[in-house]
Amino acid sequence: MTVVAGALYALIGGGALLALVRLARGPSLLDRVVATDTLLVIISAGLAVHAALVRDPTLVPVLVVVALLAFVGSVSVARYVGGMLLRSRTEDGRDVGLPVAAEERESRS
Amino acid sequence: MTALADVVAFACLLAGAFLCLTAGLGLVRFPDVLSRMHAGTKPQVVGVLLVMVGAAIRLGGWSNAWMLLLVAAFQLLTAPVSAHLISRVAYRRRHVRRDLLLVDEFRGAGHQDDGYRGDEPGDAPPEDPGSHPGG
Repeated sequence: MTVVAGALYALIGGGALLALVRLARGPSLLDRVVATDTLLVIISAGLAVHAALVRDPTLVPVLVVVALLAFVGSVSVARYVGGMLLRSRTEDGRDVGLPVAAEERESRS
Repeated sequence: MTALADVVAFACLLAGAFLCLTAGLGLVRFPDVLSRMHAGTKPQVVGVLLVMVGAAIRLGGWSNAWMLLLVAAFQLLTAPVSAHLISRVAYRRRHVRRDLLLVDEFRGAGHQDDGYRGDEPGDAPPEDPGSHPGG
């Protein structure tokens, strides 16, 4: 019983820590959005696991709130980033292109 | 009977927690936004479903079961929406490692645009490139 509980908490904590690593390192804003989304899902899974382990049903409404917040947060940030699409035109109408993405810079160096 | 239910519940919980760990591993190891999203959405659907089934078995009672079912249904409804939005923006802002793609059906068709295409968020008005130098 305690072994299973420890294994559950270790698995979920490890996943949350790795998502935090990506949240800190992620080269672009969208990587951080994906990491935040995954981190919130892992947090809600951890809450559900805790509620199941201690048989405490008071945590169940919190799960609904966290699921709602994860969706609203990721969608609003994604739409905000989409609003920042560059319109990089020079005066003669020539397209100067989009800036180099962080992934391409990483793979080149 | 209760012992059997506990075994099933713990199996579901362990599988869901393991999926959370694999999501973290994939987030750290994969190279770009699309593949990281592929890894990160595993616990969003299967993991959450398994954890909710396990928690519903452990908690018991219909009110808890319905609320956990609500959480699971909400995850199933919202995961494709947010994934679609994020991947569209990622492709258009060139956060995709195109040298790793095998098939790229959007290549060269103007999907990484810089003009007004009518579906930008924020209700941006169409811009005339001549009247706004540098804009």
